[in-house]
Amino acid sequence: MHIIVCIKQVPETTDVKIDPATNTLMREGVQSIVNPFDMYAIEEALRIKERLGGKITALSMGPPQAENALREAISMGVDNGVLLTDRAFAGSDTWATSYTLAMAIRKIGDYGLVICGKQASDGDTAQVGPGIAVQLDLPQITYVRKIEGIDERRIVAERLLEGGYEVIEAPLPCVLTVVKEINQPRLPSLKGKMAAKKAVITKWGAADIGADPASIGLEGSPTKVVKIFTPQPRGGGEIIEGDPDEAVRRLVEKLRDVVVGAAS
Amino acid sequence: MAGEAIRVISEKCVGCKLCVKACPFGAIAVVDRRAVIDLAKCTLCGACVKACRFDAIELKKGLETTRDLSAYRDVWVWAEQDGGKIQSVTYELLGEGRKLADALGMKLAAVLLGHNVRNCATELMERGADIVYLADRPELEYFQDEPYAAVLTDLVRRRKPWIFLSGATTVGRSLIARVAVAVRTGLTADCTGLAIDPATNNLLQTRPAFGGNIMATIVTPNHRPQMATVRHKVMKEAQREAGRSGELVVEEIARELLRTRAMRKGYVADSGSTVNLAEADIIVSGGRGLGKPENFRLVEELAAVLGGAVGASRAAVDANWIAYSHQVGQTGKTVCPKIYFAVGISGQIQHLAGMSSSDIIVAINKDRDAPIFKVATYGVVGDLFEILPRLTEAFRKALGR
Repeated sequence: MHIIVCIKQVPETTDVKIDPATNTLMREGVQSIVNPFDMYAIEEALRIKERLGGKITALSMGPPQAENALREAISMGVDNGVLLTDRAFAGSDTWATSYTLAMAIRKIGDYGLVICGKQASDGDTAQVGPGIAVQLDLPQITYVRKIEGIDERRIVAERLLEGGYEVIEAPLPCVLTVVKEINQPRLPSLKGKMAAKKAVITKWGAADIGADPASIGLEGSPTKVVKIFTPQPRGGGEIIEGDPDEAVRRLVEKLRDVVVGAAS
Repeated sequence: MAGEAIRVISEKCVGCKLCVKACPFGAIAVVDRRAVIDLAKCTLCGACVKACRFDAIELKKGLETTRDLSAYRDVWVWAEQDGGKIQSVTYELLGEGRKLADALGMKLAAVLLGHNVRNCATELMERGADIVYLADRPELEYFQDEPYAAVLTDLVRRRKPWIFLSGATTVGRSLIARVAVAVRTGLTADCTGLAIDPATNNLLQTRPAFGGNIMATIVTPNHRPQMATVRHKVMKEAQREAGRSGELVVEEIARELLRTRAMRKGYVADSGSTVNLAEADIIVSGGRGLGKPENFRLVEELAAVLGGAVGASRAAVDANWIAYSHQVGQTGKTVCPKIYFAVGISGQIQHLAGMSSSDIIVAINKDRDAPIFKVATYGVVGDLFEILPRLTEAFRKALGR
């Protein structure tokens, strides 16, 4: 089976800090990482390949340095990396992103499964996975927490919902988005690291994937960001210290009305 | 595309660095007294354009309306129901949708999909819907992505709403993303603020990004409907007005819309917690400070007395003390309850990303320097093993349970 894993390079958000002087996001020196949810997508693809054979292509869209994310995927055992990089892609929203990725997936071709992380940690939309499914007219199983069974023609997977999980069967090809519960991503092996170093990353621009110029980048994006601002920092409130009985008494006094309101 | 989406007009630029300061992404540097924008970092947010006093930065926004949008009207909400029970987020959408519809001078409509759910229509009208579009078919008995998306896509294409909102629930996000792509319109995820721009009647959609470190306001100027998913518990529920009525439109649904390739084979409800984290008004979360899995009992007892849900930090989940479905934070769930108790949770930024929009945050931690205290409304510095049982007991008495 040929599996395509869509990954995104994101800032390691632990390091994102607000500059107290300018009140803006400081991204100087912020490390880039593979979106955490995409690591589970990579790992699951590797596990399926171990069972069924085949190959895995990691696909990403981003600036030239997003190549590093693809090399990381290869170091874990992914076979090929394809980077969609073109200034014409800049400013893509989730519509344009899913269109662009879908065009590339068509060009790569001959796949049984497309796996994405549930969402990216910078945008948090969870919209690109389902978007790709619609662009390619494929069924989708979102929030996959376990693959119960898979062969060349069909998949049975558990989908995590608010109060439990569903078991869903779908024919292949199919788009999956995965949650953290599905697995524990492996560390790269020494051999993998060597392979990543030597790997040739395929780079495609808008023309290479036959993208309609009106459907990509800023122009192809129905949504426009009109303002970006820092939220009011949530200041620390009241600190209660000392004797536990007294602390609890004070806390209950403060919360009583809200608790009674919520409980009624 | 003709040229760059953003460019510095070098004849106008004086190298004053105002744009450098204004850029939230550190994408601008001044080189040889001219601003240079790093397109790899730039998100085209336009902050620099506003900051520049010399009109030296040009951004092609495409904000001007170029299409005829006059056929579109009304504010729609997707009425999410499960087994005939309308989800509370639907009432929040109706509350917010009412305000938007009034600001636009348009009607508020609810779209109801399911089987034998006609009685839900009355409730939706009493909560403010002027119109209920009903698709009632056996194939729609429970949520399935493909038929639900196909039916909604068809309704949107035929009836042309101005705005279409859904809850940012698990199924809402999965479903609405399909609809928005199919009708080729914009979709803004997980909004925490909605308003109408009186000049354009555009929907101003405000949402957190980067784990809540920045907020973005987003519009969909040239496509309709303007679609958004809305975070739970942020908007106020529409109050029920007994006897209020509206128009019920029963939709004919073409058979081919009801086909699905992905088939539901079964559903298994969580055995542990009975309260849904996303819907809970009160959440009690435990972290590494609990020391061992058995001590989650203390958290569960307080949650039970308060009628709340049980949450957990990533550390507690990774240690296998509690199931992943309880995890709050960046790689878990985003929650917005009235009260969030963080018990023995230090407050890593990834955890804060999932709960910092809660109304009241109570932190209980023995480490006075724990970052959780920086966001806590009430921070109790002390031993959770002394405090938690006393707190549970005190609330038990206060609530007469």
